[in-house]
Amino acid sequence: MSAMPTLTEHPAALALTRRHRLRWWEPLPWVLALAFYFLFPRHLGFGTELLIMVLFAISLDLALGYAGIITLGHAAFFGAGAYTVGMLAQYGIWTEPITGLIAGAAVAALIGFLSGLVLLRTTGLTLLMLTLCTMALLEEAANLGHDWTGGFDGLTGITIPPLFGLFEFNPLFPKTQYLYVLGVLFVCFVFARTLVYSPFGQSLTGIRENTLRMHAVGAPVRTRLVVCYTISAALAGIAGGIWAQANAYVNLSTLGLDRAATVLIILVLGGYGRLYGAFVGALAYMALAHFLSQVYPTAWQLGLGLLLVAIALFARGGIIGVGETLVQRLRPKMYQKQPPS
Amino acid sequence: MIFGIDFASMILGGMAWGVVLFIVSVGLSVTMGLMGFVNLAHGAFAMLGGYIIVLSMRHLGIGFIPALAVGFFGTAAISMLFERTLYSRLYKAGELDQVLFTIGLAFIFIASLTVFVGPENQPVTLPPELRGQFDLGFMQYRTYSIFIIAVGVAIVVGLWLGFERTRFGAQIRAAVDNRRMAESLGINIDRLFSITFGFGSGMAALGGGLGAEFLGLDPQYALKYLVFFLIVVAVGGAGSIVGVFSASLIIGVLDFVLKKYVPQGGTLFIYALTILLLLWRPQGLFGKST
Amino acid sequence: MTATLLETRSVSKNFGALRAASDVTFKLEEGARHALIGPNGAGKTTFINLLTGVLLPTSGAVYLKGQDITTMEQAARVKRGIARTFQINRLFRGLSVLENVYISVAERVGAAPQMLKPAGARRDVIDEAMHLLETLKIANDAHHTIAGLPYGRQRLVELAIALGLKPEVLLLDEPAAGVPSAESHIILDAIDALPKTIGVLIIDHDMDLVFRFAKKITVLVRGAIFAEGTPKEIGANPDVRAVYLGQATTHG
Repeated sequence: MSAMPTLTEHPAALALTRRHRLRWWEPLPWVLALAFYFLFPRHLGFGTELLIMVLFAISLDLALGYAGIITLGHAAFFGAGAYTVGMLAQYGIWTEPITGLIAGAAVAALIGFLSGLVLLRTTGLTLLMLTLCTMALLEEAANLGHDWTGGFDGLTGITIPPLFGLFEFNPLFPKTQYLYVLGVLFVCFVFARTLVYSPFGQSLTGIRENTLRMHAVGAPVRTRLVVCYTISAALAGIAGGIWAQANAYVNLSTLGLDRAATVLIILVLGGYGRLYGAFVGALAYMALAHFLSQVYPTAWQLGLGLLLVAIALFARGGIIGVGETLVQRLRPKMYQKQPPS
Repeated sequence: MIFGIDFASMILGGMAWGVVLFIVSVGLSVTMGLMGFVNLAHGAFAMLGGYIIVLSMRHLGIGFIPALAVGFFGTAAISMLFERTLYSRLYKAGELDQVLFTIGLAFIFIASLTVFVGPENQPVTLPPELRGQFDLGFMQYRTYSIFIIAVGVAIVVGLWLGFERTRFGAQIRAAVDNRRMAESLGINIDRLFSITFGFGSGMAALGGGLGAEFLGLDPQYALKYLVFFLIVVAVGGAGSIVGVFSASLIIGVLDFVLKKYVPQGGTLFIYALTILLLLWRPQGLFGKST
Repeated sequence: MTATLLETRSVSKNFGALRAASDVTFKLEEGARHALIGPNGAGKTTFINLLTGVLLPTSGAVYLKGQDITTMEQAARVKRGIARTFQINRLFRGLSVLENVYISVAERVGAAPQMLKPAGARRDVIDEAMHLLETLKIANDAHHTIAGLPYGRQRLVELAIALGLKPEVLLLDEPAAGVPSAESHIILDAIDALPKTIGVLIIDHDMDLVFRFAKKITVLVRGAIFAEGTPKEIGANPDVRAVYLGQATTHG
């Protein structure tokens, strides 16, 4: 057929072939993060917390944004990572930061795998309830096992040895911590980005868009979901582990509904299924929380409530979604300048 | 004999808690079963109702029972307003949007009540005839708990009759079973949804008011007990009145007994049980299977 | 003598008291162009669901090329060569037309589990998907998302996804429903262009399409096979005309 050579040059084919290529604005978050390091040396604690939430939100985006697994219990994995790192350090079993994170990721991944294996048979409200109850179960277990976990008070005074044996690592050295968290975030992000642009990532979006059809094209849907959930849990475990290292303590708040709701809100605020929604959402959320709660403590909760209602009703794509719509409205004008091809 | 009485009083206490769970959750169950709507603001409506009841007693000087009626109708009216203007836009949306919207709504309720009424607990004043002890013949027990249990039994009987014997109840059942079929039979689904939603929120308001005496009533109420309400609905099966009632009693009594004997691990046990049950029967004890 | 591709032996399916399939014994031959017709509620879609494994039969057995697949999972049957389209579109609505077909082709060639390579690097998958769209004359829509596409075009994507699986058995559930009649020939042309060995079973209400397409017709009434034969035989069968043709259309 004469159309054959032109088919691969079709805009849709080209767009898909080039989809994973770096776009001009993609280095921006990293440039900004480094700029923050130099411009606001006194606020690195805030910055570290922000970066950790970005990582946590990215982990949720894999499960919720890409695979469409609606969960209210993602803090289960954050907490699993945090407690793994915390307990290993507290009892002097293992304190080296980077390998500690790997241990945290492994434990979270194991819990994600085992719970995913049984939970991901269900959908909708049942799945929502099961993720919620699993997290609540872990929280209660952590509370109950206070001999090991410190119970309600948590584990305080975790000591982490210097990073690579060179850089002092504790809240008194926020510069080290900030760069360390930024580095870990970068590695995890590159992995997540690779994953979502891969054929595997594409099949996850297929499951999200139409699970029934995925069965009908012969995809092992549940296996894919469990794999995705496990990876997502591992990343959340890293986020939790690094939180424990940076704060030098662990408590029940790492496992609670509050944290699970916060990360969900952050992701949705920025825009889920978009990879960068985690960055935008975390920044917007934490900036807003900071600003509004200074105005009036209750104002933050009211503002957050109004924001959520507005997003659910009018802006399902979050901040990035609104931006995309605006760009699309402007685009026809830009095209008019070019001669028709 | 001491053990027997101890045990009986524990069961009665658990039943009172279970009945409150039922009164609050029955609306949530019907909303989920009928409209497929995940309404995480349901606890907020219960809280709103509780506030209306307590505040109207305090400021209007009306009695407990009239205040309950004011709470029921006030909350029902307000919730129907929300249903028509906002909820109805999200009936066809995904669960995530519904979750976000209703969490947002709950936050707004919490913040508003904190600002306008204050963050502190609002005590409820019971009328003298509901205070004190009631003679059951074989033992004395708190009059108020007995009253709540009696109210609960009356409500479940009334609801059951309304559901099974009235035209409106038949319409709801038809719509829960097969919405498209019900619509094609000429049932006005919009009206059905509004009234059911308003009624369910009114029930939640009653539960909020009746339970305030031992659950407390402060702005955090909206989310504090939400997990329990959700568990009751999930375990009982969304859309089933018998299901919610049994699940409420089971969980209420279990929670009460466990808190007594294993004060630490009781809740853990309930979560574990819920998970196992949902894995075994995703549609809940009395839910229709899909 | 042609080989039998897909076969059911005395398959029944009950939903409570309702008997949606009743003792159906059916054969789809290699290269078949077979149509399944019947009044509304005859159990045609149920039958497709039994063949594809969406439903498991209450009794009876299903065979693919002589192998018992009665209890086999849906995905495993797809891997063995059964593909279907749906009566009501089941597409990946938020994705582009190309991505829709990419997903199906990637699944067949085993690219889908790859995690560390970009989807765009599988040029083979993209090219194949584009060629499929070209044969269905929807290549120009390749970059559009499904949600913004007219229903008729969506039907063609529905077919493209199934063809992306390169099936040996193709089950089409009302493929032309909702397609403007000016475009319905595209569907028939696409089926004509398939390798002759593929067995195609089509359900449709459009009698023109059925009689143009089919070399063999099975009539299903109340879950049971009512008649079977060539289009000529079925068209001339007075019983069939009575229960079905006369009632549904006045097709001559």
